[in-house]
Amino acid sequence: MITTDICIIGAGPVGLFAVFEAGLLKMRCHLIDALPQVGGQLSEIYPQKPIYDIPGYPAINAQVLVDNLMEQIASFNPGFTLGERVEGLDRQSDGSYIVTTNEGTAVHCQVVVIAGGLGCFEPRKPEITNLERFEGKGVAYMVKNPEQLRDRRVVLAGGGDSALDWAVFLADVASEVTLVHRSDTFRGAPDSAEKVFNLASQGRINLVLQSTITSINGNGHLQEVSITAKDKTVTTLPADHLIPLFGLTPKLGPIADWGLTIDKSAIHVDTTDYSTNVERIYAIGDINTYPGKLKLILCGFHEAALMCQSAFRYVHPDQKLSFKYTTVNGVPTF
Amino acid sequence: MIQFTIQDRTGDRQPIEIPEGINLSLMEVLKASDYNILATCGGMALCATCHVQVLNGLDALSAPQDAELDMLDTLPDAESDSRLACQIRIDESVEGAIFRIKSDEPV
Ligand SMILES: Cc1cc2nc3c(=O)[nH]c(=O)nc-3n(C[C@H](O)[C@H](O)[C@H](O)COP(=O)(O)OP(=O)(O)OC[C@H]3O[C@@H](n4cnc5c(N)ncnc54)[C@H](O)[C@@H]3O)c2cc1C
Ligand code: FES
Repeated sequence: MITTDICIIGAGPVGLFAVFEAGLLKMRCHLIDALPQVGGQLSEIYPQKPIYDIPGYPAINAQVLVDNLMEQIASFNPGFTLGERVEGLDRQSDGSYIVTTNEGTAVHCQVVVIAGGLGCFEPRKPEITNLERFEGKGVAYMVKNPEQLRDRRVVLAGGGDSALDWAVFLADVASEVTLVHRSDTFRGAPDSAEKVFNLASQGRINLVLQSTITSINGNGHLQEVSITAKDKTVTTLPADHLIPLFGLTPKLGPIADWGLTIDKSAIHVDTTDYSTNVERIYAIGDINTYPGKLKLILCGFHEAALMCQSAFRYVHPDQKLSFKYTTVNGVPTF
Repeated sequence: MIQFTIQDRTGDRQPIEIPEGINLSLMEVLKASDYNILATCGGMALCATCHVQVLNGLDALSAPQDAELDMLDTLPDAESDSRLACQIRIDESVEGAIFRIKSDEPV
């Protein structure tokens, strides 16, 4: 089991900055995020957009801000569990918590900080008969390890950049790649679209356009997909894997069942320290709500600083906290 | 006055009237009218949480721009009459239109 002082749920900008504030007070952090990369909304929704309201930066590209935050916290050596979604929370008799993920990772901590933003980014699922029945049995919504697809028959669905990129990549890995798209043109990067059309003309990608996947079947594991064309004709294709790639959408998810006071998908907090109604659980950033709340990165940073001052008493109950500027002592490391 | 109709997720239809000359998007009108839509990106065609289907009056609307078409391409349930509410300006082109809210309900 992973042991840490603070378990931070969400590695968006606010969760990342909380590591810095915690580190200044000699508290160790472990972050968990459902996405395979850090950065939250900045990396997932708008990595190339400039942000204009970060103090000290007249303009900063969203992904650069995330990279800078990672550099800023590097000396505190936070732990990361990425690509896993927090599901369980168990209070221990001494008041500490064990946080668990959908993949069975367990983190023992003194304090839980929910920096979950809009919630978990979950895959957008198409309406395909039997889809959920075959999740983990041939159906996946992201390619975690392309090697698992080696010499297998793979069907991809979608028309965005990730569908195009994976079709090109898997043409060299899988025994058969089929890309199903509802239109007859691709609006992803023109370069990727051209590669897909070229590979299709060489017979290395099977392109099925103007069509959608309507049902899937198998005996325990996926065996075939049924594809319905615009003219309503249905064809059935043998397949070992189906990967629908339609992007992600945020959902509050399991946090909603933890006994926290929640209003319209946001957690109520006390603005003196951003604590929730449950002892040792704090909520900072876009996921919390209080009178006057602004969903801005800057506000989340402020909340992280106050939260850490309050969390200190649970992590170091025997020590007295004295406030110091970083300019006085510099940045301590572990 | 510009008049159009919103069909919510339960199938209920409500007429909406907006004075002419108000520079709002359909997404802003839906939010202001307390429809439960996320509109995460605030109208930048980056999140698709304002997806609507135009049941009537599609041809009268101004054509979607590249950013909107790119986003619609990533939706599993987009149809040829799909649009992003944040990219539709409320002007005379929406008169008589019927919009069905398609995006998931926020949870
Ligand atoms: C298009 C756009 C433009 C914006 N522009 C600006 C701007 O100019 N200035 C500004 O200040 N703000 C801007 N914002 C808002 C800003 O992005 C948010 O305020 C900020 O991302 C909030 O950070 P956060 O860390 O609280 O949450 P998020 O960035 O949402 O990160 C939360 C993370 O928690 C993870 N998570 C949630 N639940 C779980 C769980 N159960 N298990 C595991 N992981 C979980 C999610 O996967 C996510 O990665 C913009 C937002 C958008 C969409
Ligand atoms: S509000 Fe995000 S796409 Fe319309």
